[in-house]
Amino acid sequence: MSLWEYANPVKFIRTTDKVLPWVWTLAGLCLVTGLVWGFFFTPNDFRQGSTVKIIYIHVPSALMAINAWLMMLVASLIWIVRRHHVSALAARAAAPVGAVMTVIALATGAFWGQPMWGTWWAWDPRLTSFLILFLFYLGYMALWEAIENDDTAADLTSILCLVGSVFAILSRYAVNFWNQGLHQGATLSLDKEENISDVFWFPLLVCMAGFVLLFIALVFLRTQTEIRARRTRALLSREGQA
Amino acid sequence: MIPDLGKYAFAVLSSYGVTIVLLVVIVLASLRRARKVRVALDEIENRRGD
Amino acid sequence: MRALLLRDLMLAIRAGGGFGLGLAFFLIVTVLVPFGVGPQTELLSRIAPGILWIGALLACLLSLDRILALDWEDGSLDLLATAPLPMEGIVTIKALAHWITTGLPLVLAAPVLGVLLSLPIPAYQWVVISLAVGTPALSVIGTFGAALTVGLKRGGLLMSLLVLPLYVPTLIFGAEVARRGAEGLTVQTPLLLLAGISFGVIALLPFASAAVLRINLR
Repeated sequence: MSLWEYANPVKFIRTTDKVLPWVWTLAGLCLVTGLVWGFFFTPNDFRQGSTVKIIYIHVPSALMAINAWLMMLVASLIWIVRRHHVSALAARAAAPVGAVMTVIALATGAFWGQPMWGTWWAWDPRLTSFLILFLFYLGYMALWEAIENDDTAADLTSILCLVGSVFAILSRYAVNFWNQGLHQGATLSLDKEENISDVFWFPLLVCMAGFVLLFIALVFLRTQTEIRARRTRALLSREGQA
Repeated sequence: MIPDLGKYAFAVLSSYGVTIVLLVVIVLASLRRARKVRVALDEIENRRGD
Repeated sequence: MRALLLRDLMLAIRAGGGFGLGLAFFLIVTVLVPFGVGPQTELLSRIAPGILWIGALLACLLSLDRILALDWEDGSLDLLATAPLPMEGIVTIKALAHWITTGLPLVLAAPVLGVLLSLPIPAYQWVVISLAVGTPALSVIGTFGAALTVGLKRGGLLMSLLVLPLYVPTLIFGAEVARRGAEGLTVQTPLLLLAGISFGVIALLPFASAAVLRINLR
């Protein structure tokens, strides 16, 4: 039993069909619990007031915005090296979800920044690199849509993903160099002393789990869809030839 | 019911609102496309089965 | 390789597009900016380095689809692919030809346009140097974008969407060199980083472009 068995589309669909209801339920549970807990039952921060409640969506969505790209990078590498179609399609399936996460992170950041920093938007390193990340998502999705041949599209987008990752990291450092920002440093650190207090930490943890699970559920579902869409196209073209 | 959000009510509520709307949109869009593609594929496979 | 370079250069000059259009576009952008932001000399001289960089970048972008699209259409790209020259070499030569026909004229034109924007005197040399160091990177990255979209109809718009985010680091460091030069600060750090990006990109990206082109020619 190896992980590569899931490269078989039929097996992938069968297994994910079994797993999906659980993931959906868990994701929904975590999200509802985390958000309700965060929204109704957490104290306000003494400096930031009630805006601290935004953290329960801002941080998880930002986390997933980056992790989605990482997942696409890994999937692209697997496609390039081992040429499993499911992998390429999973990367394709993840892109829109990642883009939405990026938008959520940017939007909640703007709503947070408005009262805290007195501005909706600042050309701060973190904000700017997220905007650039969003542009990468857009380009990646547009390239997938534009190319008709599935294999060519998978090849080209995975190379774009690799090159894009390098440039995304470069941009991150360039932007850092360009402007020192308003954004505070990392919210979460392993160092217990520097971490935020437990009152905020536990609901945040639940929310992060919820976002991760939701992402997994969406990617599974969308990958299934892509597999089916691909098969439909293949069958149609075969009928056309017959 | 809604806790006292003080003067930041707008920021907090709109953040939650935007997030929930966006999440619901992506979930619904995914589900809808999944259903559509599944129906299309079933149709073709049935046609081939005949 | 030299034959290919000469051929590309000759084609670009004869078609008139390479030298002329990019430069004309650069001129137009620079002329339009004062209409947009108002004619105050003080404001213009402050934003001049950035505008020159943006103008050069856009002019570069506009001419990108000419790198490969024409050769793709008339089939000479397929011939080149079967030639003994490795694909990496072809891509590099293409990028070099693009730089000579587009990047180099832009670098030379920048000081002239700087006058229009009342660029501060100390900034001239840094604008020219930063453009000279940075535009090769723009050409090489652009070739990658052109290779990605070469087979597509209406690929131009998509290519802009793909290429522009990749231009971000180059633009940041290039404009930073020019800005610091204008304000009389030291420019060493951004200049070195800019050169680092250019060299890194020239060394590595042709492999990606060649891989992409091979896939597109499959």
